Amino acid sequence: MSDSKRFLYVNRKAPHGTVYALESLEVVLIGAAFEQDVSLAFLDDGVFQLVKRQVTTGIGVKNFAPTYRALGDYDVKKLFVERESLEERGLTEDDLMEVTHENDDEEDVSSIEIVDRARMAEIMAAQDVVLSF
Amino acid sequence: MTYHFNGMDIASDEEGYLTDLSLWNPDLALLIAKDEKIEMSPEHWEVVNFLREYYDEYQIAPAIRVLTKALKKKLGEEKSSNKYLYELFPYGPAKQACKIAGLPKPTGCV
Repeated sequence: MSDSKRFLYVNRKAPHGTVYALESLEVVLIGAAFEQDVSLAFLDDGVFQLVKRQVTTGIGVKNFAPTYRALGDYDVKKLFVERESLEERGLTEDDLMEVTHENDDEEDVSSIEIVDRARMAEIMAAQDVVLSF
Repeated sequence: MTYHFNGMDIASDEEGYLTDLSLWNPDLALLIAKDEKIEMSPEHWEVVNFLREYYDEYQIAPAIRVLTKALKKKLGEEKSSNKYLYELFPYGPAKQACKIAGLPKPTGCV
């Protein structure tokens, strides 16, 4: 993996009102085939994308929230969620769905890591490619 | 494209994937398989049913390497190799099996 690049997909928008969240997720899943070092960041209204028990029947769009839980199968194992963005919206880690991947010991471990704003800035600075949605 | 089934016209996209997933049933699957020149055996059904369960849980048709990994967990090494799957579905296991399962084209499959 010496020639792989560090990709960060930044998600800033709420899930169903616009197409950004779904488009981002699809690009991540397609891009996962290229075996790069992929992380996802969720901040601002983007944190709503990971809220559990989403129901979209009333607005007539497909609920793609369950697809985040397939990310582990695609070897996407790092989802960073900004703590301040959660707090500003009255959310805590308990409001987020479980997203897991299998570690080297074949145990399911959480892919979600809550980070503060300063740490998020460091994560962004360490990337080769940052794609914002 | 359209499948003619039980006196109904069931719409699909230009590659033969169902437009409305809810119209799928096992008999329609047999018809789609026939179009793909595949005779459905219990082994074919195992893969097709697995894909439908995966879609039900994750709302996504898995890419081939994700399918093989997940199948390995459920059915073991023998029934998850690329060779095994290509013998069942010669024109691409993910593509053909998804089509027969009434699912969209796999995400991450171009």
